Amino acid sequence: MSRLTTKFAEFKKSGHKALIPFITAGDPTPDFTVPMMHAMVAAGADVIELGVPFSDPMADGPVIQRASERALAHKMSLRRTLAVVTEFRENNQETPVVLMGYANPVEAMGYTEFAKAAEQAGVDGVLTVDLPPEEAQECAGLLNQHNIDQIFLLAPNSSIDRIKKMDAVGSGFLYYVSVKGVTGAGHLDTSDVEKKLLDIRANTKLPVGIGFGIKDAETAQTIAGLGDAVVVGSALISKIEANLEAPATAKQEIIELLKSMRLAMDTQD
Amino acid sequence: MTETTDLYNMPDERGHFGPYGGLFVAETLIPAVEELNTAYQKYMTDADFMAELDKDFQHYVGRPSPLYHAERWSRELGGAQIYLKREDLNHTGAHKINNTIGQILLAKRMGKTRIIAETGAGQHGVATATVCARLGLECVVYMGAVDIARQALNVYRMQLLGATVVSVSSGSKTLKDALNEAIRDWVTNVDNTFYIIGTAAGPAPYPAMVRDFQSIIGREAKQQCLKQTGKLPNALVACIGGGSNAIGLFHPFINDAEVKMIGVEAAGDGIETGRHSAPLCAGRPGILHGNRTYLMEDDDGEIIETHSISAGLDYPGVGPEHSWLKDIGRAEYVSITDEEALEGFHALTKMEGIIPALESSHAMAYTLKLAPTMQQDDILIVNLSGRGDKDMHTMAEREGIKI
Repeated sequence: MSRLTTKFAEFKKSGHKALIPFITAGDPTPDFTVPMMHAMVAAGADVIELGVPFSDPMADGPVIQRASERALAHKMSLRRTLAVVTEFRENNQETPVVLMGYANPVEAMGYTEFAKAAEQAGVDGVLTVDLPPEEAQECAGLLNQHNIDQIFLLAPNSSIDRIKKMDAVGSGFLYYVSVKGVTGAGHLDTSDVEKKLLDIRANTKLPVGIGFGIKDAETAQTIAGLGDAVVVGSALISKIEANLEAPATAKQEIIELLKSMRLAMDTQD
Repeated sequence: MTETTDLYNMPDERGHFGPYGGLFVAETLIPAVEELNTAYQKYMTDADFMAELDKDFQHYVGRPSPLYHAERWSRELGGAQIYLKREDLNHTGAHKINNTIGQILLAKRMGKTRIIAETGAGQHGVATATVCARLGLECVVYMGAVDIARQALNVYRMQLLGATVVSVSSGSKTLKDALNEAIRDWVTNVDNTFYIIGTAAGPAPYPAMVRDFQSIIGREAKQQCLKQTGKLPNALVACIGGGSNAIGLFHPFINDAEVKMIGVEAAGDGIETGRHSAPLCAGRPGILHGNRTYLMEDDDGEIIETHSISAGLDYPGVGPEHSWLKDIGRAEYVSITDEEALEGFHALTKMEGIIPALESSHAMAYTLKLAPTMQQDDILIVNLSGRGDKDMHTMAEREGIKI
């Protein structure tokens, strides 16, 4: 059983809601990432989502686009992202790590080589934004052989058939994109999320993570009441962007935001 | 006839041309492309739709466009008889409107009220703004900041037509970044928005759909050629950025194995310099903008910046059907540098009194090389995909002239 599946089973038993922070590997500099990952775990993160920078991040808003550009400026790549995971695993074998990125870097490396290298590095899940199940069969098979979950997205406009399809092909958890739009989008309507979650829950037993547009502790708390996991990305990366000259300050602000989210999520009404 | 051409029936049901094409988009766009695919499949065999399209082609675009025998240029080059397919004479000055007319009719039937598009040289943006003005639909065009600077005239045309032109400053600030931004808009406004992609690329069904709308070029050229010369051409030449004018000319001839098809990519400063836009000649397969196709990328799979004097060819990918035609050997792909393209530009201008677009000038430059190697009774059809008015500033600047 994969590390993600095991963890989510534990959380379900204890009623714990997972907090999943997202940062882009290599942003603002390559040496920032591993210490930040450890610090996020200490602040209450249950799973870490690590963005693989890509030159053309079509599903991302400006904040994560710029994170990708900063990382690429330091020659961050898929291979070097795997090296980041390897280094993280030296001191943490517990916390699942999910890579989130685009298909082309994986395609360029080759699916077989990637699956092997990702397993060796200690990657637990892979979410490839522009690789829907129709095109993901080869990749998903290989990843599963290497004990890695392929995480698929669901959107507000996903049909019931689509939810069933994701239930069949996905593993680990399903990632519900809570707004139509790119990462870091402005308005998240929690009553819409609540309604859609009814459809999703009726058609899958997989845990559901919810992301896009979650910026503060209050929203994290509300969303934790609906899903099994809360994903937060652009709000953290904004801290990095606001403190490019002072990475220690960025790190501290990220820790504080995550702690406040953790606290709010653990004190459900 | 070779086996491959006899069997040619692409794409498959899921939009694949062999390993190329496909549907590589984020989940939020899946319902949108499925809805589009359903409409496309329905209306391409719908008599009313096709009648309306034909009527617009004839009375609004000005079709059929002439197939013009460039006699003086043919004599000068001393080889093949050169015939120009005059897409430059279409309304708005390029082949792009064949596709925007088709897609806007689909958008109308699908009840979409807002149209978005990306543009490089601005020709597709103008062609989109034009059909939106005609139907009174909101139009937003994404254009790279670099392209806005070098195609100021087309920006103004789009604005006159009522479109909002959004400057894109991410990445290389050219066509690929405009596409990224248009995709981001689409995913955000997916309910009411129709994305008119300007070339035969993107997620299925776009590559096949755009090809089908542009195939009017090749269907007419074939008939005109038979009528004027009594035979099929020996070769077809067209420039390739995304490749919509080329696939539009080529597709009706694919099963005619004796007709050579040659696509001309932009070699920019020269393939050897790395500063070019020639993925078929010097790239490798990868995934970008919804499809698998030849791309310009580095070893890590990051897309690299491209270069061409022509904004319309300045793109790191290419339509997936060209990738397939390359792999099966049905079409040949060559490249022409900026300098050579300028020679093509001047040659046609001086020899025939026709000023070609810089994009089309790449096809003209290859004609300078190819025609003399052919026999005098050979027929060479060259797609004159657009007119050069929009490039006057670029040309003048390049030649040190102040306008």
